[in-house]
Amino acid sequence: MKLRFATVALLAGTAALAACKKEPPESLPPEPAPTTSAPTGPTQPAGPVLGTQAHFENAVNGQNVIYFDTDRYNIDSADMAALQTQAQYLAQHPNISITIEGHADERGTREYNLALGERRANAAKNYLVSLGVAASRIRTVSYGKERPVALGSNEAAWAQNRRAVSVVVN
Amino acid sequence: MKPILALFTLALAAAPAAAQDAPPTPSASDLGTPVPTGGQVETIEHAEAEEGGLTFTVTDESEWQDLGIAIPGFATDRDAPTPANASGTAALGRELARVVYNDLKNNGLFRPVGPDALPQPTFTQITAPNWPTWSSRGAEMLVHGYVRARGDGKLVVGCYLYDMALKSELVREGWVVPPADWRRAAHKCADLVYSRLSGEDPFFDSRIAYIAETGPKDNRVKRLAIMDSDGANHRFITTGRSTALTPRYSPDYRRLLYLSYVDGNPRIYVYDIGSGRQTLVTENSNPTFAPRWSPDGRWILYSMAVGGNTDIYRVSSEGGPSVRLTNAPGIDIGGSYSPDGSKIVFESDRSGSQQVYVMNADGSNQRRLTFFGGRAATPEWSPRGDQIAFTRIAGDFNIAVMSPEGRNLRTLTNGWQDEAPTWSPNGRIIQFFRTERGSGRTSLWQVDLTGRNERRLPTPVDASDPAWGPILP
Repeated sequence: MKLRFATVALLAGTAALAACKKEPPESLPPEPAPTTSAPTGPTQPAGPVLGTQAHFENAVNGQNVIYFDTDRYNIDSADMAALQTQAQYLAQHPNISITIEGHADERGTREYNLALGERRANAAKNYLVSLGVAASRIRTVSYGKERPVALGSNEAAWAQNRRAVSVVVN
Repeated sequence: MKPILALFTLALAAAPAAAQDAPPTPSASDLGTPVPTGGQVETIEHAEAEEGGLTFTVTDESEWQDLGIAIPGFATDRDAPTPANASGTAALGRELARVVYNDLKNNGLFRPVGPDALPQPTFTQITAPNWPTWSSRGAEMLVHGYVRARGDGKLVVGCYLYDMALKSELVREGWVVPPADWRRAAHKCADLVYSRLSGEDPFFDSRIAYIAETGPKDNRVKRLAIMDSDGANHRFITTGRSTALTPRYSPDYRRLLYLSYVDGNPRIYVYDIGSGRQTLVTENSNPTFAPRWSPDGRWILYSMAVGGNTDIYRVSSEGGPSVRLTNAPGIDIGGSYSPDGSKIVFESDRSGSQQVYVMNADGSNQRRLTFFGGRAATPEWSPRGDQIAFTRIAGDFNIAVMSPEGRNLRTLTNGWQDEAPTWSPNGRIIQFFRTERGSGRTSLWQVDLTGRNERRLPTPVDASDPAWGPILP
């Protein structure tokens, strides 16, 4: 994510990779790991490859995650800015589809949090669609409170876990 | 006691057809080897005890809970080999008494004394107790039992309850069980004793489905598992490759509803225990949550999110079209039928935060029940009909009960996060799961309606989402 080597030339050279598709995972997907090695070509500079999560996160400057207040799912101004950046990326790369993962913090009941995560993911999706991204390019999935990123039991950790994460489908 | 044979026959006639009608199971699978469904328990004697043995009433549970009960080892006519115990029926008799003793002791019921602290009666003494032996030990009630290996390999287990003051028999019953189901005979004996002395319905001969959890907080493995009400006969249903959540036993114990991420999305599956096959509760690309059975097993409630808006739907347990029951904007989720099937209590945030609502079974006449301050979630109607248990969120998360009219709130627990109540078959005990602050570790607990008797249930690993089934058919 910290690498900033992406260039237009690299994007053009690797656009074909975006067509690569895999079956949906049988289990929960692992945390996205940055892919830093370009596949082939001695003339290509190193850097995230188009179609990877690392390329997406790099291009949107880490704004692939938006955060929510307790028990809320509204898109605030910070979320709008992040989603606008995501929409620009998706406009530049029309072959890329994303999954928006909706999450909740641990301070909620399990079933409600599943529904709340779905609502958050859809709020993010709806905003992207309003910015012109085709709905068919955005899948949503809720993990409720089952997949925290911050492990503490305090307000700071919960704030990080109330999130919607955009993930490139590859 | 219930007519067990008749119930079992009914259950057979209602064998599920959904598995044949539904499309094939998705190619991805998280299922382990199918578990045995268990055999048949046949009641051989049904001695109606005369009323009058009771010398007290049950208005205050503390009175009967202080009763001293002696439970010596069950006797056998001759020590015969049996698959149920490597040491034969004499050793099995002591094991049977231990199960009865632990059932009563672990649930805070009575003051039982078990076979390891008592002399062993002979086979003939089972029907003619040696009164001085037991009265000298201060016992107020005496449980005797026998076990006999029958010619066809099955076990015959008899259970007798005597009142020491009256020196008379209060109740007796006997069962024929396959050797693999010997513990069920002991649970039935504990149920017989408990029911006769408390005036309540039985609950020990039942099973629990739950989610077994392992691994670190940010990478928990969650597997569907089942066990007897005392934790014995534990089995994993899923392998843990996919997250499984929120199981519910069908009333006939032949199927399990649960949520699985096996295809990458949260979806409710109907798992057939006998065949080990499973099908989606609804053929649909939308996520589905919070599965529930109707008390008669004919209907399934599930909640489905469409465009981020979650509503409650009902579908026949044999498949077919779904009926949408709620249509308020926001999250309507869960649902628990009243015992007569006429009403459904459910959770909704239509008012701005999670609260408990009730509606008729067809979705009409929806109204809010909880006005206590804080939030109210995961309502579960008692099988007796007289209480609704729910998760009360007011700072911490705790298990509470209220009347079906939303009055007489009583909070029963005081953990940091206690949630997801499930009722014992007789509506006297509530299980729930407790999450530990910080570590996120989970465990199963139960509490009685007085709130005084709270205990942790032993599970092999961390545990959540308990779902207590009814008395076994």
